[in-house]
Amino acid sequence: MNGRRIAGRALQYLALAGYLIFLGFPLLWLISASFKSSQELNSLTANLIPSPWVFDNYANALERQNLLTAAGNSVLVAVLTMIIAVVLSMPMAYALARLRGRLRAAGTVWILTSQVFPTILIIIPLFLVLRTLQLNDTLFGLILVYVTFTLPFTLWMLQGFVAAIPRELEEAAEMDGAGRLMILRSVVLPLLVPGLVATAMFTFVSAWNEFFLALVLLQSPELYTLPIALRSFLGAEGQTQLGPLAAGAVLATIPSFVIFSILQRRLTGGLLAGAVKG
Amino acid sequence: MSATTAPKVRRLGPRARAERREAIALVVPALLPIVVFSLIPLLSGVALGFTNATLRRNAEVEFIGLGNFIELAGDTRFWGSFGIGLVWAGAVALLTLVSSMGLALLLNTDLRFKTLTRILALVPWAMPPVVIAIVWRMIYNPNSGPLNAFLETFGIPGVNWLGDFSTALPAVIVVGVWSGIPQTTVLLLAGMQSIAPELHEAAAVDGAGAVRRFWHITLPGLRPVIIAITSLDFIWQFNSFGLIYVLSEYGPGGRTMIPPLFTYLEAFRNREIGYASAMGDVLVIAIMLILSLYLVHQFRQQKAVKA
Repeated sequence: MNGRRIAGRALQYLALAGYLIFLGFPLLWLISASFKSSQELNSLTANLIPSPWVFDNYANALERQNLLTAAGNSVLVAVLTMIIAVVLSMPMAYALARLRGRLRAAGTVWILTSQVFPTILIIIPLFLVLRTLQLNDTLFGLILVYVTFTLPFTLWMLQGFVAAIPRELEEAAEMDGAGRLMILRSVVLPLLVPGLVATAMFTFVSAWNEFFLALVLLQSPELYTLPIALRSFLGAEGQTQLGPLAAGAVLATIPSFVIFSILQRRLTGGLLAGAVKG
Repeated sequence: MSATTAPKVRRLGPRARAERREAIALVVPALLPIVVFSLIPLLSGVALGFTNATLRRNAEVEFIGLGNFIELAGDTRFWGSFGIGLVWAGAVALLTLVSSMGLALLLNTDLRFKTLTRILALVPWAMPPVVIAIVWRMIYNPNSGPLNAFLETFGIPGVNWLGDFSTALPAVIVVGVWSGIPQTTVLLLAGMQSIAPELHEAAAVDGAGAVRRFWHITLPGLRPVIIAITSLDFIWQFNSFGLIYVLSEYGPGGRTMIPPLFTYLEAFRNREIGYASAMGDVLVIAIMLILSLYLVHQFRQQKAVKA
């Protein structure tokens, strides 16, 4: 019996090690590649530890192909998307959480259907709408589109946070004669701050990582966001400078990774679990 | 019903009317961009499928009824791509579920290194899809990639993973699973932790082993979560674009030409946006059909289990 338990334990650790290698190895490989010389990257030997260590890949990455401009564009787009999306969705999230009836039902249905429709079906007319408004191939147009596409998600998350605030607090304030605006500002908003921060961070990451919409809507290379610039790095097969590309990819991952580590506890604590409570 | 509600609306008191105005004021700021950039494009996208619209300037747009759909019915390349999409989305959703279930079960025990695993499990989730594709291109690289180097130490000859007809789609599916594991694991883990521990204890007292407890307690308890996750995963993967576009584009002989990619090329390379929109319409209907079949089947089974 005891022997069987030890064997079972060993198997469990073996399985866990397998998962760790599978999940973690690609990032290790990317980081390692970003410190390798181009000779080593193109050689037939594959070692995880670079020899020699090369540090110019990062400098090269920033110099080449407007990567620095692209990083600037990405920061601008992600920050503005984050701010606008959260500000716009706060009132509606409150309405979804607090008001009953048809509005809530309609909102929920829309949030769910927006997941089913392929982006490809919306992107074609969206391209035409933006062209009519002369907003195609502009970062502002891209931001507007990102805001719209993240709204279902921000609304869903925020309404969950609002619903978690006890209604009695608002009723007490109302008893004391506070108007709705006053209640929103001095009761709801302070309690909503942690939820707002989490939602804002997620919005930032989704705008930072987005690829498809930017690919369709941006044509001028000086407007490229980081994912598009990195993709254009790949270029013709064989011509690719793998070292700088890997360095650029590492840099592009850092912001998302930092945010995910901050939110780690919430992620595992079931922040998204509410979305699938059936 | 309408006869009884209509007068009620007219008899709204001043308080109710004020509340209604408030509700409108709260909803409009978010509703406006949704209508302009989501609802109108969506409806016109559906409508474009019934026209011969192109991206060429000054081209006249005509309503051609079901013309696109009739042409599409005989378009074997589209249906080939559709089949690839089903295999891709189905395989990724299923394999992600299975491998995430394993990881979640491990994390739900009292093993060590759980914090390390939790942090590492975030890696695929936090990586931008483009970066994921770039990394895996390096790993799959037939000449300098670590995968072939690893296999060669065992004497197994190298494979051109993304360039070979038979391995391109499976190789891409592995990447899809890799990137989907974190989210699914987190949700499954949350579901497992909401199952009352008393159930497991009672079953253990009755002499049920770990396997039987998993089969008769954990799995039924997780059922709603599993249904929701597999449906969402399937939809997301079926509609996903960036990962495959950068990883293998349409692959050797179009082996990884998933429907969004096919539609994208039709719209923005061939500039036939009417025909491409018709493809989009077909995809929406197909997804809804598959999804409703799956959900009806699952809920029937659930009812049968309960009864």
